[in-house]
Amino acid sequence: MSELGKYAPLTYFQLMEVSLRELLVEKGVVSDAEVDAVATDMKTRGPERGAKVVARAWTDPAYKQRLLADGTAACEELGLDVPALRLVVVENTPEVHNVIVCTLCSCYPRMLLGLPPDWYKSREYRSRVVREPRAVLAEFGTAIPDEVAIRVHDSTADMRYLVLPLRPADTEDWSEQRLAGIVTRDSMIGVAPAKAA
Amino acid sequence: MTVETRFRPGERVRVMQAYPLGHVRTPYYIRGASGVIERVCGAFPNPEELAQMRSGLPKQPLYRVRFAQAEVWPDYRGGRADTIEVEIFQHWLDRAEVGE
Repeated sequence: MSELGKYAPLTYFQLMEVSLRELLVEKGVVSDAEVDAVATDMKTRGPERGAKVVARAWTDPAYKQRLLADGTAACEELGLDVPALRLVVVENTPEVHNVIVCTLCSCYPRMLLGLPPDWYKSREYRSRVVREPRAVLAEFGTAIPDEVAIRVHDSTADMRYLVLPLRPADTEDWSEQRLAGIVTRDSMIGVAPAKAA
Repeated sequence: MTVETRFRPGERVRVMQAYPLGHVRTPYYIRGASGVIERVCGAFPNPEELAQMRSGLPKQPLYRVRFAQAEVWPDYRGGRADTIEVEIFQHWLDRAEVGE
C-alpha cells in the first residue's frame, strides 16, 4: 500500500531543524549539498573503523599498548580522525568485562562506530545497565561468569569509550583483515563478545 | 585558564551531594558516593557554565572515578569486584576522609 499522502505533521524539533537549516543556507553559512553530504556520511558510516582499530590491537601488541594509553593518538596513527572527543579504550580480559553507557544522554563514539543503535539511546538501557549490568547483558545473550568482574563506564562528560573485546580462540592464524570482519558493533559497546563463527 | 589539579590517581574522593538547578553532568545516582581516582582526563570548559552561554573558563580538571557497585546500589546483585567508572569534574569532588 502506498504511504504517499500519509505525512505526519512535523514535530517541534523537526520544525526547528528545518527552520535553522534553511536560515543557514539562505545566509550562505552552509550549502544544501554540504548538509546532504554530512548527513549521508553519518548514515552510511558503520562500525568498520572501530573494527579496524580492534583488529590492529589484536595483531600488534605494541599498538595495543599505545591504544590503551592514548586512544585518540592511536586512531590518528591509522589515519582515523576522531575530532572533538578524547577516546578511552578499555580492554576486556579474562578477569574484567567492560560495558559502555551514557546515562545522561547518548554519548557514543560515532566517528568509529557510526550512529548508535536505538536501544543504546533508550531510557531502559541507560537506567538499567548501571545498576543491573549482569541482567542486561544476559538479555543480550551474554552470560558473564560470576568470577569475571563487570566494569560499567558511564560516558558523562568529554570522553568517549570503545571496548577492546577479547580475541576469540582459534583465530591465531587469521589475517588482520579477516579479524576485522568479526568485530561487531555490540562487541565494541561491550554487550556481546566477538565470535569467530 | 585552568584550575589546578587537586587529585591524583589512587586518591579516595567523595562526590558532593548537591542538587543545583541547570545543566549538570554529574549523574544523580553517584552523588554522595565515594570512589578512587582512576585517571586524570585533562581539563575542559565547565559544562554548567557553557549551558548558560558563558565561556566555561577557567577549565575544570576532569577525572574518571571508580566506584564499587555494591556501595553505589545497596541492593546490587553481582560480584563485590564489580565497578562503575564515571567522569566527574573536580568541583564536584572532595577528598574522602581516611578510613572511608
